[in-house]
Amino acid sequence: MQLTINGKSIDVGDDPQMPLLWALRDIAGLKGTKFGCGVAACGACTVHVNGEPVRSCQTLVGDVSGEVTTIEGIGTLESLHRVQQAWIDEQVPQCGYCQSGQIMSAVALLAEKPNPTDTEIDEAMSGNLCRCGTYPRIRAAIRRAATVEGA
Amino acid sequence: MGIAKIARRTFLVGAAAVAGGVAFGYYYVSRDYPNPLEKDIASGETTFNPFLKIATDNTITIIAPRAEMGQGVQTSLAALLAEELDVDPSKVKVEHGPGSFAYYNSAMLEDGGPFPSFDEGFLAETMRSAAYPLSKVLGLQVTGGSSSIRDGYEKMRMAGCAARHMLLAAAAANLGVHAESLETGNGEIRDPASGKSITYGELAGEALKHAPPSDMKLRGKADWKFLGKPVARVDIPAKVTGTAQFGIDVDLPEMLYATVRMSPRFGSRVATVSSDAALAVPGVIKVVPVETNQGSGFGVIASNTWAAFKGAEALDIVWGEANYPLDSKAMFDELAGKLNSEPSFSLRNDGNAETEFADAPRDEVIEAEYQAPWLAHACMEPMNATAQWKDGVLDIWAPNQAPTIIQMTAAPLVGVEAGDVRVHTTFLGGGFGRRAEADFPLYAVQIAKETEGRPVKVTWTREEDMRHDTYRPAAMAKMRARIVKGEGPSAVDIKVASPSILKSVMKRTFPSISPMGPDKTVTEGAHDQPYSIDNYRVTGHVSDLPIPVGFWRSVGNSYNGFFHEGFMDEVASAAGVDPLEMRLKLMADYPAATGVLKRVAEMSGWGYELPKGRGMGIAHTLSFGSWVAQVVQVRDTADGIRIEKVWCAIDIGTAIDPAIIKAQMMSGIIFGLSSAMGQEITFANGEVEQANFPDYDAMRMNQCPAIEVEVLESWHKMGGAGEPGTPPSIPALANAIHAATGKRLRTLPFSREVSFA
Repeated sequence: MQLTINGKSIDVGDDPQMPLLWALRDIAGLKGTKFGCGVAACGACTVHVNGEPVRSCQTLVGDVSGEVTTIEGIGTLESLHRVQQAWIDEQVPQCGYCQSGQIMSAVALLAEKPNPTDTEIDEAMSGNLCRCGTYPRIRAAIRRAATVEGA
Repeated sequence: MGIAKIARRTFLVGAAAVAGGVAFGYYYVSRDYPNPLEKDIASGETTFNPFLKIATDNTITIIAPRAEMGQGVQTSLAALLAEELDVDPSKVKVEHGPGSFAYYNSAMLEDGGPFPSFDEGFLAETMRSAAYPLSKVLGLQVTGGSSSIRDGYEKMRMAGCAARHMLLAAAAANLGVHAESLETGNGEIRDPASGKSITYGELAGEALKHAPPSDMKLRGKADWKFLGKPVARVDIPAKVTGTAQFGIDVDLPEMLYATVRMSPRFGSRVATVSSDAALAVPGVIKVVPVETNQGSGFGVIASNTWAAFKGAEALDIVWGEANYPLDSKAMFDELAGKLNSEPSFSLRNDGNAETEFADAPRDEVIEAEYQAPWLAHACMEPMNATAQWKDGVLDIWAPNQAPTIIQMTAAPLVGVEAGDVRVHTTFLGGGFGRRAEADFPLYAVQIAKETEGRPVKVTWTREEDMRHDTYRPAAMAKMRARIVKGEGPSAVDIKVASPSILKSVMKRTFPSISPMGPDKTVTEGAHDQPYSIDNYRVTGHVSDLPIPVGFWRSVGNSYNGFFHEGFMDEVASAAGVDPLEMRLKLMADYPAATGVLKRVAEMSGWGYELPKGRGMGIAHTLSFGSWVAQVVQVRDTADGIRIEKVWCAIDIGTAIDPAIIKAQMMSGIIFGLSSAMGQEITFANGEVEQANFPDYDAMRMNQCPAIEVEVLESWHKMGGAGEPGTPPSIPALANAIHAATGKRLRTLPFSREVSFA
């Protein structure tokens, strides 16, 4: 099976029952998307399908119709997305393991609501668990990225 | 003051007992370990010492040999060396480096003794100085005890300073001038007289011929260019682009994938198994037994992780019975029984608590029972490790906190020398003490023996991770105080019952060595606090419950901090005094303690009237050498308790990077509040009942309070940062809830009695 991932057609194996997470990580070799719980409870595996944030651990490869975007497709070290830049400016990550998912949720939030309220930020982000407690800086980075877009 | 009386009779340090009869000849203590970088040095690269490589193209690589698990240790360790080498820490490469005894941690055992960190008496200092050679002999490369910067403070700066002097000597010879006339900066050496400059890279090979001077002087704080101020973290760009390599991301040619399914009853083994259904799962290659001191069960080898997970689920296993009390109630009954029996040890016994209580009128005595549950670490990255056993060489890639312990425990599994096991440390997706254990790499080694030389990555499911942790032990305490109205306590007596972490760790890791002496973790956070109370006793009652327990961020302080500071709030209430004023009086001998208390009171506006339904709680815990006071403010809402704000003041003595320290305080606070709000591991039929985040969650963004942190530097010794933020957050929350609602919470988690908005 082929899926369009980050704008390229990529082989994701032949098991339609495999969660997208494992197809991305073990077959397509895109390891920026992380495994945290397997039950859509922590958000570490968040990717976009047609721009919508989904939990790839609970999305079967066979059910994906549309373009998949992972953290690798958001921006690179050479060409950072403004949300990634805001994450650097606010020095958000600690262990960093949840941050791919946090950034994917934040990018989707800002696409939908360019200037989210604090409540909207909380609602959009509370599905993404962080055990290091980087929440205060994630909030600040989302506000910063929103300001950059508004500017 | 009764500090000097502490622990006269308990001379043997728990941690020191790890050595179990090692004889400390001078030779062992004075020998230097060989530089592990020399083995694999690339052409064009020069290594000056185990911490530094410089390439001819002037790429400067600093080895930060502590696990980067989010605490910013790579950045700060590199900054220490860079400061003395005179290079910008943002311009260097930072690596974990290989696992090696050369990277022993000398600071961790220093505070492993039974003495409070403020005790600088002869006995305490003697023990601390004895810990240094002990660390060196053991060669323990461990990240823990909030010790990394204290350990690296001298070592890393000396490593940078020595290399800079060698480079200067080489430049002086090259240019035919005196080294004193040369200047360094930006990775090069300039001769102001001639205007010539040479890069470190050009000089590196030549510099090795020169010895560093014997009287190297490190820069004073006033001259620091990079230390003492925020440095951009070196690991962040990779972590926002999905390119940082965690253990779970290891990818090798010919690599197989696997997972484990281990006995959910600790210490029990399989009774019967059928692997037919597992082997029928497409992609599953093999099912192999995994037997180590750490656990018993099976590995499922497959062509991808998902197939391995499905195969493991399909294994039909009947496990053996548990050989311990089967449920939480029976386990807490066992702890309660310990509280009523003779103490195992006492590390504080000032005055005469017994007499003071014996003649106390009934209305002057308050008593309370406190309780804390088992806790899982729940690192975001589930346990995993990759191993390859090929041609007599064992390689292990693991997100780990203790490479040399992995070397020592893995070596006998394949029959090689510990020093020959190659441990490659990746980034850690959280650690919190869990990744100081050796179970996940050892399981990978066992499985790698069955793959004909191919590497195999072993990833645990979240369920396997949560049900096979080395848990923060449960604890119970009996507290009593004699109250002097309008003043405070004339006597405090604290009994703490808990299993010994040290015993549990040793049993599964080094079963041939039996630990001796008291395990101070049972009462730390209670026996070592800077209170001066005339009659003050803390006793430890060690339980032998065999549930595996381990180091959970702040260790014993995580529950004793709550017991002690929650009860002190009750003492203040009973005496009719302000809990801040009472603490200032009782800790008056320690200006670092009163300093952070006063600061946090100013930050929070302590003492001003709050609107109805709001309340503030205060607490102070000295742990890992840092003095931390916190105020939590809550509001009682229709939806439950809302944690609105936390203020925190830490006196860390010397702050290497204030931004990283503040981030660690916030992190520790959220970690502590998460546990207080709702976390508990419970047991039924000998098995852990929780399996995944829906059963064992942590604070989410919508519940996260605003947090303000200030960093003070008055204390004359450096403290740690990774753990000390956690302990006071829990009692400060309990005390705030009491202030807002009148409800006194003595049992964790608080969700048993209140809900949180």
